[in-house]
Amino acid sequence: MTDAQVVRRAKYKSSVKDHGVRGILKMTKERFVFMPNDPSSSIRLNVEFRLIKGHKSSKEGSNRPALLNLTQDQGNYIFEFENFSDRELCRDFVAKAITSSGEGGGPTSEKAAPLKDEQLSSAEMERRIKLLQEDSELQKLHKQFVMGGVLSETEFWATRKKLLDVNNSRKAKQRVGLKSDMIFNVKPSSDGQSNRVTFNLTPEMIHQIFAEKPAVRQAYLNFVPNKMTEKDFWTKYWRAQYLHSTKNIVAAAAEAAEDEELAVFLKQDPILAREIRHKIRKVDPSLDMEADEGDDYTHIPGHGLATESGKDELEAQYEPFKRSFLQDINRHAAVVLEGRTVDVETRDTRSVAEALATCKRVELAKEASDVNVNQERLTRMAEMEDLQAPRDPPVAPLCIKDPRDYFDSQQVNALNELAGTRQLKSRMSTSEAYGSLRGFISEIRSLGLIDPVVRPEVAVKVFNGLTQTISSSKYQLGKNPHESILDTLPTVTKDELLLHWTSIQELLKHFWSSYPITTSYLYAKVSRLKDAMSQIYPKLQEIKESVQSDSRHQVSLLVQPMLQALDAAFAHYDVDQHKRSAKATDKPPNGYV
Amino acid sequence: MKFQIEDVTVYFPYDHIYPEQYSYMIELKRALDAKGHCLLEMPTGTGKTIALLSLITSYTLSKPSNPVKLLYCTRTVHEMEKTLAELKLLHKYQLDNIGPSARMLALGLSSRKNLCINPDVVSAENRDSVDAGCRKLTASWVRALAIENPNIPTCSFFENYEKAGSDAVLPPGVYTLQDLRMFGKEKGWCPYFLARHMVQFANVVVYSYQYLLDPKVAGIISKEMQRESVVVFDEAHNIDNVCIEALSVSVRKQTLEGATRNLNKMAQEIDRFKATDAGRLRAEYNRLVEGLAQRGNLPLGDTWLANPALPDDILKEAVPGNIRRAEHFLSVLRRLVQYLKGRLDTDNVEKEGPLTFVNAVNSHVGIDQKMLKFCYDRLHSLMLTLEITDTDEFLHIQTICDFATLVGTYTRGFSIIIEPYDERMPHIPDPVLQLSCHDASLAIKPVFDRFQSVVITSGTLSPIDLYPRLLNFNPVVSRSFTMSLTRDCICPMVLTRGSDQLPVSTKFDLRSDPGVERNYGRLLLEMVSVVPDGIVCFFVSYSYMDAIVNSWNETGILKEIMQRKLVFIETQDVVETTLALDNYRKACDCGRGAVFFSVARGKVAEGIDFDRHYGRLVIMFGVPFQYTLSRILLARLEYLRETFQIKEGDFLTFDALRQAAQCVGRVIRSKADYGMMIFADKRYTRHDKRSKLPGWILSHLRDAHLNLSTDMAVHIAREFLRKMAQPYDKTGGGGKKTLLSQQDLEKMNGSEGIMF
Repeated sequence: MTDAQVVRRAKYKSSVKDHGVRGILKMTKERFVFMPNDPSSSIRLNVEFRLIKGHKSSKEGSNRPALLNLTQDQGNYIFEFENFSDRELCRDFVAKAITSSGEGGGPTSEKAAPLKDEQLSSAEMERRIKLLQEDSELQKLHKQFVMGGVLSETEFWATRKKLLDVNNSRKAKQRVGLKSDMIFNVKPSSDGQSNRVTFNLTPEMIHQIFAEKPAVRQAYLNFVPNKMTEKDFWTKYWRAQYLHSTKNIVAAAAEAAEDEELAVFLKQDPILAREIRHKIRKVDPSLDMEADEGDDYTHIPGHGLATESGKDELEAQYEPFKRSFLQDINRHAAVVLEGRTVDVETRDTRSVAEALATCKRVELAKEASDVNVNQERLTRMAEMEDLQAPRDPPVAPLCIKDPRDYFDSQQVNALNELAGTRQLKSRMSTSEAYGSLRGFISEIRSLGLIDPVVRPEVAVKVFNGLTQTISSSKYQLGKNPHESILDTLPTVTKDELLLHWTSIQELLKHFWSSYPITTSYLYAKVSRLKDAMSQIYPKLQEIKESVQSDSRHQVSLLVQPMLQALDAAFAHYDVDQHKRSAKATDKPPNGYV
Repeated sequence: MKFQIEDVTVYFPYDHIYPEQYSYMIELKRALDAKGHCLLEMPTGTGKTIALLSLITSYTLSKPSNPVKLLYCTRTVHEMEKTLAELKLLHKYQLDNIGPSARMLALGLSSRKNLCINPDVVSAENRDSVDAGCRKLTASWVRALAIENPNIPTCSFFENYEKAGSDAVLPPGVYTLQDLRMFGKEKGWCPYFLARHMVQFANVVVYSYQYLLDPKVAGIISKEMQRESVVVFDEAHNIDNVCIEALSVSVRKQTLEGATRNLNKMAQEIDRFKATDAGRLRAEYNRLVEGLAQRGNLPLGDTWLANPALPDDILKEAVPGNIRRAEHFLSVLRRLVQYLKGRLDTDNVEKEGPLTFVNAVNSHVGIDQKMLKFCYDRLHSLMLTLEITDTDEFLHIQTICDFATLVGTYTRGFSIIIEPYDERMPHIPDPVLQLSCHDASLAIKPVFDRFQSVVITSGTLSPIDLYPRLLNFNPVVSRSFTMSLTRDCICPMVLTRGSDQLPVSTKFDLRSDPGVERNYGRLLLEMVSVVPDGIVCFFVSYSYMDAIVNSWNETGILKEIMQRKLVFIETQDVVETTLALDNYRKACDCGRGAVFFSVARGKVAEGIDFDRHYGRLVIMFGVPFQYTLSRILLARLEYLRETFQIKEGDFLTFDALRQAAQCVGRVIRSKADYGMMIFADKRYTRHDKRSKLPGWILSHLRDAHLNLSTDMAVHIAREFLRKMAQPYDKTGGGGKKTLLSQQDLEKMNGSEGIMF
């Protein structure tokens, strides 16, 4: 067991107020020993857990000491740890130790040890128990392997992570979108006495401001904290907002001329303008009013009658400071529509800004202009829906009569492909391969994994197909799906077969996932698994022989794949074992490669 | 489907047809047979465009000896693209059914900005910079220089196109602007010049109104079109305004300053040429003596906008002697600019007719009417001679010459109005001199004269007898069609009161009343919580929208609206509005729902459809009257009363109501679609206002819906939406058929005369 003992740095204190003595705290299952750093110090502790009645700990908080108080019948021991995680570890260990020593007083209890393999929250534990209760098959497996010591608790659950965090993932998938409100459009609170106003900024508001005003985001990254403090930054920002709200463009321009940082907020957003130019090219042609701009002649100065729009012509120098509330509304709605692009829960303003900036870049890189989409949209818009027979959605019905046919053919394809790639590989030089690998990696780094390796639909299809074959070979080897040979067998045999089948599956899963063996721990696990499997092997043979002759053939058909799978595992184990022993002679002992 | 209208076999690309489309085609065919003009009103959402296209193309197919060319005018580029997309559908159907003999060439024509594929040129900001950028690369003198000096850049697409010579043709087919660009890229030919060239050979040309109506463009683009053409003005309810705009010019201080700068620049150029290449100026002089008609022989890249508003004899006439020499012409322009500057510098509003103005010009600075008339052409001749390529720099002087030519050409139907400041902002001096045209028939007259059939059609042409008077023509067919509905899929309402029973209106005295603003806000707030998907709101003007949005923001109503739906707003920036619209559609598509705030008479109201889930409700806040104190409007009203005996009030109401109808009409696109329309102003209850709405809206406006308050409107909306959500029989079931199949049509033809 990895945590047979815990060693941590700690201070021993006689009372909470005491400064304490620095030293090493070492805990084993039976006792804990405290050795002070200063060998001359007289305080040395060596206490058996048997004597400890309980433990208390201080609340977690940023500036509080991490204290652990072990109570005894008379007096107590107070330790202060360097951080809370150390404290947690020790506390859990102490709790275990106290219970085990309290229960049997013996050195270890078989049951508790593997269970306490990892630090589990009670919620986690509950979920596992619940899962076991709900699924009797799982419970059986758990009992057989975990209690039987073949697999540790962690190993058992590691392969079922999906099962455990089903709830979590469901929660995580439904992400909270952006609020429709323009929350940053807040009014300041004023104390009513002075001219001073106060703005309250929440992380949510900052996120929205950064998302909607890329120039502000960029300015934040540029200015804070080198040029100004965060507070100054936001003060400037609100000053600019105030100037906008007065709608006095001339005043805004004057202020901007004096203060270049303020000017950033007052001017129109250059990043946004670039994005807009980018987007306008891909807009639906059926509403592209920008194209009209180039077509009619009414925009030539002086052409046509003076309209309302011509009235507020401003001098060119003020042009960059023109901005309206209506534009803000449009921008806000556009951002909300795009959705929450970053999922940063952190309160750190800088990281929010950075995350937004990177994800914008990625987005721009990803966008490939696709003219055909627009063309299609246009044709669809041109059609009149009710003058013509309703169209079927463009889907081809999936019709696979026998899934095995499909997978057999796929396998052939896959093999061919494999052969192809192998040839290709041999033709490629090492440096080329390395180069392309590096290229891929850097691409993935910059873009992130856009496409999963396998498309999810395909993955699901294949997965369903595979599980269907498994269940079909499990339940209906015959052609007739209603008449399973398993049903013809005696119930005892049937149950036994199914049990073996699931346990073999479980064992094999662990077995194969342990390869390649890289640590001694895996090595031990594999040998454990192998032993367990070899115990099942004769049992299967037994079953095969025990059934009556009329169904023996069918049972052997059922058992055969299991035996083959086991044989394959054994063979692999043997080969590996052989290699290892061969290597061990000419390689250093830690060469688990 | 394929059916017979008298002697014409009509190919229609759908399996069914609406009865009104069928009767629309019959009327259209009669007009074509009579070789006359026609005026057809058919509700939006009944497939006007496809009916029109399919009849006219089928008409041409059935009379191969005398093919009719179709000139289809749209107001906007996106409508152009939409029309071409529908035509594509039709063409494909015809090819499938008739075979290669149905082949035709159809293309859209637009400016360089929308057609250019040279990346260096097309990246320019606006249309004029693109034009100038193109000229810099393709003008004949630039190309001549480039042959000697390879460092001078030229446009490879244009060079390739020139090299291909007569081989550069478009194969038959339907080309949208995008298709043209793609074709150009593929071949390496300039799509703009290719399209311009192919226009003469095309069977169908789709382009903007301006290409026929604006004298500055029409001359070059449309002069080659033969008389046997059918001209269609689609969505033509605003055609009178387009005509008026085409012949109006306004001059501001900035224009005059710019013009002075232009003149200085040109003077420098002239001096330079005198020193280096005096022969060129002399050659121009000789050409001008021979007359302007020569202009037609200029190389392709150099063609300038000409002026067909000038009578033909003037074109052949020699340019007056005193402006033939370049420096003389410049001094004439200088004097004119100086004179205009003096006129602008006034404290009073002045208004006079063109005759008085021309006389004043003559007596003050000695420029007579004939010289004024030739300004536009003389300027362009000079700019060509001076080899000016950056034409976008010279817009101001062009405006001045445009003004001079118009003032020198027309003696009636115009007035010159000088205002020292805007009525609404008297403290800001903003002097403007406007030459405003009052008579829409002036610009459209050449079109009526030149082409055998002109079709004016729209969803709102009510009252239909007014248009022939405004445009001064005699239609052979003038009809207004109603809409046969399968179910009551439109629900117009007139809302007169808020929930607090106080009247709502945008009348001047009520407009800024906080109670009205609040009631309008509550109305929208109630509606966003009831109506799914998209809602469109129209306000009477930008300034009113701005004010009311700010007021809603302050009172918190906007915030509450935003909790239900996203808000998008039309601004005066076209790019921004386009993106807002795009996002609005996305929001409707993804189910979030959105509200779009727009302005009546704005660009969105003019040409964007809010069909299906993009618009389930449209609210018209107020009556979109024009700004009645505008002097230009007053002058026009006066002219209308004197010339056509149209009363001021009648015209204003007609104009406001056609805008309102146009706004609310955007929500319906087909009979399967449905939508509600709320006219939120107490003035809509009055009969004189309401009766000016088009018939297809009036017929669904029930008496019970004429005087509603907010809560009643919400109740009706709920009921209506629930009713519309039920499945229904598309063909109209028992009584009257609203969807005809081929068999139905054949049956009808058998019992001719009963139905129509």
